[in-house]
Amino acid sequence: MLNWSLILKNFSIKFNIVSNFLKNKNLNYDKAKSLINNTLVDCDDGELYLEDTKSESILIDDNKIKSSSFKRDTGYGLRGVTEDKVAYSHSNDISEKSLEMSCENIKSTLKNSNGKYNHSINKTNQKFYDELDPIENKSLKTKIELLKEINQYARSKDGCVKQVTANFLGEHKNIEILRPGGELFTDIRPLVRINVSILVEKNGRKETGMYGVGGRQSYDNYLKNDDWKKICDEAFRMAYANLESKPSPAGEMKVVLGPGWPAILIHEAVGHGLEGDFNRKKTSVFHDLVGKKVASDGVTIIDDGTIDKRRGSLNIDDEGTPTEKTVLIENGILKNFMQDRMNARLMKTKSTGNGRRESYKHVIMPRMRNTIMLNGNNTQEEMIKSVDRGIFAVSFGGGQVDITSGKFVFNCTEAYEIVNGKIGSPLKGATLIGDGPSSLKEVLMVGNDMKLDPGIGTCGKAGQGVPVGVGQPSMLIDNMTVGGTQL
Amino acid sequence: MALNFKMLKEDEHLKKLAENFSTNLKKSGASESSVLISNSISESVNIRNKKLDGSTRSDSLNVVLTAYVGKKKSSISSSNLDESHINELIKKCVETTKITPEDELNSLPDSELYFKGVKNLDLYDETFIENSKKIDFIKEAEEEAFKKKEIVNTNGSGFSQNKSNFILANSNGFIDGYKSSNFSAYCEVVAKSNGSMERDYEFSSKRFFKDLLEPKKIGDKASELAIKKLKPRKIKSKKMRVVFDKRIAKNFLSSFASAITSGTIAKGTTFLKNKLNAQIFNNKINIIDKPNIIKGSGSRYFDIEGTYTNKLNLVENGVLKNYLVDTYNGKKINMKSNGRASGTTNLYFGNGDEDYKNLINSDKEILYINETFGRGANIITGDYSVGASGFMVENGEFIYPVSEITIAGDLNDIFNKMVLGNDLQFNYSTNSPTMLVDELTVGGK
Repeated sequence: MLNWSLILKNFSIKFNIVSNFLKNKNLNYDKAKSLINNTLVDCDDGELYLEDTKSESILIDDNKIKSSSFKRDTGYGLRGVTEDKVAYSHSNDISEKSLEMSCENIKSTLKNSNGKYNHSINKTNQKFYDELDPIENKSLKTKIELLKEINQYARSKDGCVKQVTANFLGEHKNIEILRPGGELFTDIRPLVRINVSILVEKNGRKETGMYGVGGRQSYDNYLKNDDWKKICDEAFRMAYANLESKPSPAGEMKVVLGPGWPAILIHEAVGHGLEGDFNRKKTSVFHDLVGKKVASDGVTIIDDGTIDKRRGSLNIDDEGTPTEKTVLIENGILKNFMQDRMNARLMKTKSTGNGRRESYKHVIMPRMRNTIMLNGNNTQEEMIKSVDRGIFAVSFGGGQVDITSGKFVFNCTEAYEIVNGKIGSPLKGATLIGDGPSSLKEVLMVGNDMKLDPGIGTCGKAGQGVPVGVGQPSMLIDNMTVGGTQL
Repeated sequence: MALNFKMLKEDEHLKKLAENFSTNLKKSGASESSVLISNSISESVNIRNKKLDGSTRSDSLNVVLTAYVGKKKSSISSSNLDESHINELIKKCVETTKITPEDELNSLPDSELYFKGVKNLDLYDETFIENSKKIDFIKEAEEEAFKKKEIVNTNGSGFSQNKSNFILANSNGFIDGYKSSNFSAYCEVVAKSNGSMERDYEFSSKRFFKDLLEPKKIGDKASELAIKKLKPRKIKSKKMRVVFDKRIAKNFLSSFASAITSGTIAKGTTFLKNKLNAQIFNNKINIIDKPNIIKGSGSRYFDIEGTYTNKLNLVENGVLKNYLVDTYNGKKINMKSNGRASGTTNLYFGNGDEDYKNLINSDKEILYINETFGRGANIITGDYSVGASGFMVENGEFIYPVSEITIAGDLNDIFNKMVLGNDLQFNYSTNSPTMLVDELTVGGK
């Protein structure tokens, strides 16, 4: 036990010091600086991004602690941007030789580049999370013991619980962004996630429920006061409800969405379509709709990177731009797109601090942070009462969108029928499909019960996964297509 | 360390590293161990509207160390292979293992199952394509696509070249690895007409550069597909005969494969538990997983544990004959590993009897699906529900495009009713002929 934490402490001493990336024998700060100055001098933008990430995963599955695993990933990515061209080269070998090779590679793609490097980038002291190391500050032994306790507790809830899977995922990401002229930006980003999934079986029927929590703070913030029991209770409640579910109807109907996690509808229906790259390229259905009405009155949507300790929050984005609260849609009118530096420059606006990447192995793209619909005046009760035939969707497994046609889907993991203004039976996992630009015009009521999701979302785009958050109040949508089997 | 940046690290170099790490794991107190070192170099270019959009070069070297102390096991992976760093990690890995609870099923695979054969599947193409040549290739595809007036934009098209090498070593004496390569090209275009905007793509991926689909064909196919989708309609909810295009039909194989993986069987988290030797498809259906196809996209000699991967007839005349088994989960269900710790290889439905033309020619209305999205199948319950788009077909003719609909059903029922065409091609690692299912619930207006 002692050894584990001792070694980890050594790591943190060795790696948490700013710019220690560039103090090693293979590559020093001055050499790196002169290499990137020479390479990026004729580019419009670009940087050297350095990253050192530790991550752990500890899992209990089928009553056994599955081999704990620990990962250490260190590397750099060098990017040159000219006009609308991006050249990128990355390696996990942080050495002079390797960086020289990358510089050559960038130059060969951007040959004849005649740019004017844009130095302007704001510095910030904003901090939305502490520089803690969640992996280090809870011992492996305690984590294993707690997983065993979670497993026992979840199994003891009811005889119908047949399987329990629970895991702890922790990450400590240390980044540095070095720009020509020696500008240096740094950030240390903790991230944890705790998941419990429960399989129940009754009369030959199997159903599952999954719940998780997480964010940019230590595990204990989510586990203290037996809070972990609530995670199990919620997973069990969902699985148990699904045991009684009946086939879902098919066809167009009214849909009431619960608060919190169902906001992945916002993320899919309009979020992706408002990312700068798709609009600069005019492949998003929203590209010519700024200033136009794209949603019902009362619908206001923001993308906020500044909420304390949230999964989608960042002090600075992965280009060094301070994050902010960006208004996307205000009272139904489209106001802004989410931008990284390149797309902002090409669209003659400024970066909104949405330039993100999964790791040093990935290029920057405009990505969402915490995407939230703000409160309106209605109550969930009113919404349900107003529906003769429809569904009440409480939780979703995930969603997807086709930016160009605007069509999006998501899969319900917990939903109920609404009959004559009352909540009825649970419904088997149905798919909901809608059209991005029109669906928000179909919003009939916006609730006053805004909730953020529990902190478990990962958004995928072009093969890159980044942690994001969503939030919304309850919402009533006039017309969506539900994909069930019952006509 | 001598590093040649243009090239993959050679087997001998990786073997030497792996042997060093294995020795150190033993010295540090591991009773058994395995070491996986992988190296890959990939280069890709992207273009948009026939102009260069960007290039990416990636060079990675990674090690996964797994230590056993008796029946305890844990692993650490790192992209930093500096000797002092690795030695620190090795110590830490063994210490971590010691405090991880025992699991009596933890072990290295049986020695008699290790791969010992000849590596003759042609999985590596030395060809090195310069970036300028990559750009020319994919530009030709977009130029072809833009010949059609409805094509107004592209979502981007790209070409990538990936080369990788790995060595797996374990304390039972297994040490082996091999190089593989992959060249791929895609073209995704946007068609526009009277306010309707649709995208579609074509894609080719091969072990050898010279086997790639010609760029003109890629561009032509992508544009044809996108244009056909313009001005879609939404149809009424009803039960309908559905024909799945090959690129969608293969998804049923992926769901089937996850439902018969030993891990899900052992935990009971699959609707196909206890179905070995039972009729789960109609008797015309055969499913094969064949690892030894020359130049095959999914071909391999052994899995991530070093276990020899043989050909499996997973389904014969509708009867489930095999699960996909790895060492650990195999022990749970009393089966030997069949080399599927890394999943399936070249997985396919054997050809059916019907010509494509017969499948879509009927006096009944047919919904032809060539795109689905959303999660799809729930392998625990067997429920199937996806968002979809495609075409209405009458008397063998495509009448109009359809979108913003859902299709839903039950996998048991779909497996039982599916009819396969005789147009199987090996374009991907998982392949299906065209498939007809009569009927599924379509959710629309």
